[in-house]
This record gives sequence, structure tokens and C-alpha cells, in this order.
Amino acid sequence: MNKFLRYIGRRLALLILVLIGLSIITFTLARIVPSDPAAVYLGPRPRPEQIAEIRIKLGLDKPVYVQYAYYLRDLLHGDLGTSIRTHQPVLKSILRFLPASFELMLTAIILALIIGTLLGVASAQKENTLIDHADRLFAVTGVSLPAFWLGLLFQLLFFRWLGILPLGGRIDIYVSLFSPIKHITGFYVIDSLITGNWVAFKSSILHLILPGITLAAYSTGIIMRMTRATMLEINREDYIVAARAAGIPERTVVFKYALKNAMAPTLTTAGLAFASMLTATFFIETIFYWPGVGTYTVKSILLNDYPVIMAVTLVGALLYVLVNLVIDLVLVFLDPRIRL
Amino acid sequence: MKRLKKNFYRGGRLKEYRRSLHFFLKNPLTILGLAIVISLILISIFASQIAPYPEQGRGISSVKDRLLSPNYERLFGTDNLGRDILSRVIFGSRVSLKAAVVVILIVVVIGTPLGIIAGYFGGKIDEVIMRMSDMVLAFPSLLLAIAIVAILGPSLMNAMIALSVPWWPWYTRLARSQTISLRERQFVEAARAVGVSNFKIMFRHILPNCLTPIIVQATLDMGYIILSLAGLGFLGLGTQPPTPDWGVMISKGRSFILNQWWFSTFPGVAIFITVLGFNLLGDGLAEALNPKRRK
Repeated sequence: MNKFLRYIGRRLALLILVLIGLSIITFTLARIVPSDPAAVYLGPRPRPEQIAEIRIKLGLDKPVYVQYAYYLRDLLHGDLGTSIRTHQPVLKSILRFLPASFELMLTAIILALIIGTLLGVASAQKENTLIDHADRLFAVTGVSLPAFWLGLLFQLLFFRWLGILPLGGRIDIYVSLFSPIKHITGFYVIDSLITGNWVAFKSSILHLILPGITLAAYSTGIIMRMTRATMLEINREDYIVAARAAGIPERTVVFKYALKNAMAPTLTTAGLAFASMLTATFFIETIFYWPGVGTYTVKSILLNDYPVIMAVTLVGALLYVLVNLVIDLVLVFLDPRIRL
Repeated sequence: MKRLKKNFYRGGRLKEYRRSLHFFLKNPLTILGLAIVISLILISIFASQIAPYPEQGRGISSVKDRLLSPNYERLFGTDNLGRDILSRVIFGSRVSLKAAVVVILIVVVIGTPLGIIAGYFGGKIDEVIMRMSDMVLAFPSLLLAIAIVAILGPSLMNAMIALSVPWWPWYTRLARSQTISLRERQFVEAARAVGVSNFKIMFRHILPNCLTPIIVQATLDMGYIILSLAGLGFLGLGTQPPTPDWGVMISKGRSFILNQWWFSTFPGVAIFITVLGFNLLGDGLAEALNPKRRK
């Protein structure tokens, strides 16, 4: 346990270094804006004295390293800047939109983990049979589909032609008017479930299906590939061969002995896939009118709202790094073979 | 004796290539991938000859024909400016392939030498290069690319630059690990012993031996880069109209999807088939050239 704590300490120290690196990159990006940040802040045709004033206010008259120190100080105070478009603190907006995006991302990663792992196991068990080929084709299709296009096709098929699923949004507008959801966690499915609001529960589940599947497609593909590759390797290990030879039921061998050890790379892949999904939500939320971080960011991109773009980039990278860390710690906990 | 050894070596190598080729050609999916990629290259070269309405493919509108559904004359229908979608898709292949190849070239040319230098010298140089690449890899790649292009301003050129920035470290890592495994090999030691300069050892002796995994990786990455370019186009950050771009076409067709389904559908099919082709080919190459992965 002592060792484990020391490992966490080392990882956290490393995390701080990475975070400093991240802040340097976003800071540099924010400074290479071709137009003067002061001009962006003031809008079109500002007076020269206004520019001078705002430059002092934004600290642009100071040397670069002082500017970076200010930037770091603001970050540490949780100040990710102010949106040019809405004049709201960016962090506040991101936190408001994050539950919607997380609800979608969690749905997608759960779908991807279940389907991807099962297909991967099936594929490895039936190596080089028709099932294997079909599974692999499915996986390579998943990683080759442009998500935003897949979303449009789903809308066309399930909304326009079959008429069984909604076009977009998080919940039916009438449902939100007549049986509104009480905000507790910000996840509509959970909030409506614990308040017993069945109409809203059904509506929010229906609205999750298409964007959830669209977002899951890519991750399902890579999780399936990873599981297949690992399972094939493990199937050749002595302890599995021995277990089979001893006549232990195949199901026990596969799910209890083999899969358990194959889960480490699969979980790492899933973690990275989950963190990358934040970028994928830019496309999928736009297509499905989902009011989350993705929609918010795309709107900001179209209007050159730099503070928002930089803040979302930083948050996305932070999520990426943190998920990585958490997965590594979980693996240490799950797999006693990992020595610290 | 020397010649004998050389021939023996050559023979072994040739055999190895033949084995790889055998594994490569045995897999029907790889052949499919190869066929897709070759057809794509041909289509993009001969776009002006193949496209039924080349001038519309390049962007000239013809408003009287707007939003025609697919028919015998217009196999893929027309868009909101009356342009033949088949022609636009064909010309779009040119833009996509060219841009993706440029991005791959940039990242290989930047990433590989850095990796070889890091792996060859080790120590402080290695430390600096690898920490730099770690910093870049701490970002989800597409997110960083979107941020960069949003700041540089939307254009195809900037989209290509933006995609290269988060991508080079992968090649640095690949080249570095190859170099480390080659560094202590006899042919490198021998070269060093007879006084060949470090520069020459790195780029005349080590580089050629790094190329195989790099080519495999580049093929696999082509698909991802094309997908990312389409994504940037979809967000309006890549190619600007009227240049034909698959991602932009899907984005423009989005408001018509419920009634004019063909508008967004066909450009998407083109992206899907292209990316699929490169992925299948890359997987096949990886399997054929990596003895560990074949069974």
C-alpha cells in the first residue's frame, strides 16, 4: 500500500509537469492569434486610445513571461477567460454544458465497451472463420465512418423514413414543458429516474439512442481490435492451454481466466477513447442539436471566440491526462502483476 | 567469401519479401483495400476526364438544375447550386488525397529525423525531444488541430499545418524505438569503427532500416488524416468553397438531409470508402511485414 501511495505521488508530480506543458502550449496558441487580442476584445473599429487602455487592462503591454505568469495565476484561480460572444466566464458555461456531454459520452463508452469486448472475444475464439472476418469488417467499418455523416444517415433512416426516433435534442419539448426534470446530477436519464418522472425518462432515453450509437461507433471498432489482439495472444499462453487441457469449461476459461487478463489493454484503449470523445461531440452534438460542450464550442469557433476555444482545448487535454491517470491507477489495483 | 555472404544475405532477404508478399496477397480484405486505393489515385488523376460535368466539379454553379434527385443523367443528383454531385465527389478526391499526402509527408519529414536523433544520441537530447513530444501527445490530436486552425484562420493550408502539429510525435516515437534497437547492431558498430560520421550512420544506415514500420504507419494514418480533414471541412475550418471538399459538401447538405438525402449521402460514401481502403491496406501491410502478427 505504501508503494501504491508513492506511485500515486510520483504520477501526480508528473501530472503537474504535464499541466505546465499544456498551459504553455495553450498560452502560445492564444498569443499567435494573427489579429491583436485587444482588437478582438473591442470589436470592429475601436479608437486607438481604447486599444491602449484595453492592452494595459489585459496585460498585453508587459513582457511575455509576465503575461504567462498572469495567465497561470488566472488558471489557478479557475479563471479560464471571458467569452467574447456571451461576456460570461467560460468556466461557468463549460460546467453548465458538461453534464449533457458527459451523459452522451458515458452512454457511448458503455455501449462501445460491451459490444467491442464481446465482438473481440468472439472474433478471437473463432479466429479466421466467417464470424471473425465479419467482426473485423465491422470493426474496420466503425473506424472508417465519418461520425457526422453516420449521424445524418441515422436521422434520415430513423426519423424521416421510419419515424421511430427523434431528430435531435435531449428531450421532447412538450415533455420538458409539462413534466420538467428536476436538476440534480444534470444527467437527464438519472435525474428523471430518481424522481420517478417516467415520461421524461422515456423521452431522454429515446433521445440518447442515435447520438449515443453514433458516438460509440469509432470506439467500438478500436476496443474490438484491441480485445481481439490481446485475446489471441493470451489464448496461446501456457496457463490457458493448461486450463483447456484440464477440461475446464470453455466459458470459464474465456471469461474468467483469459478475458480478465485481457482487460488491461482494453481498458486503457477505452479510457483514451472516452477522453477523445469530447472532440467527437463537436460533430455529433451539432448534428443532433445536443446542448452540450460540443455545440457550445462549435458556435464559438464559428464566431472566433478565442477564449472559449482555448479553454475547451485546455479542459479537453486535462480530461485526457486525468482519464489516463485514473485508468493506470485502476489497472495497478486490478492487476497484481504490475510492479510499481 | 564476401560476395558469397552478401548473396546469402540477399537471398534471405528476398525470401522474406516473398513470404511477406504471400501473406499480403492471401488476405482478400487487403486486396480490396489495395484496389480501392489504386482506383482512388486513378480517379483523382483523371478527374477532368471521368467527371461528367468537370466545370461544375470545380465549382461553377448552374442554378436552373438545383437539387435534382439522382437520375440517369445525374447519377448522384445535384446540390443547392445545381452542381453535379458525382463530379464534385470525383474532384473532391483530388483535394482530399493531395492534402492527406502533404500532411503525412510533413509529419514523416519532421518526426522521423527527430526520433532517429533522439534514439541515436540518447541522454539529454533524447530527454528534450521526448518531453516535447509527450507534451504534444497530452492533447487529443483532433482537439489540438481544431484549436490551431481556429486560431490561424480557416483554410486548407492551415488545416494541413494544424493536423501536422499533433501528429509528428508518433513518428518520432516510432523512429526512436527502431533506432534504439538498431544502434547496437553490428553493421552500425562496424560503420562507427571505420570512422563513418554520426550523420551518415543515422541517415544512410539507420534510416533505411526504419522505413518499413514508418510506411505501414503512414498508410494507416492516411485514413485517419482524411477523416480529420473531412471533419475540419465539416466545421468550416478546412477547404473553402467553391473548391470541392467532401466534408464541406456534407456540411452544406445537412440542412437538406431530410428531403434531399443524396446531397450529403454521396460525399459521405466517398469518405467512408477512401478511409476504409487505406485502413484495410494498412492492416494488411502491418500483418504481412510484421512476422509477429502473422499466423
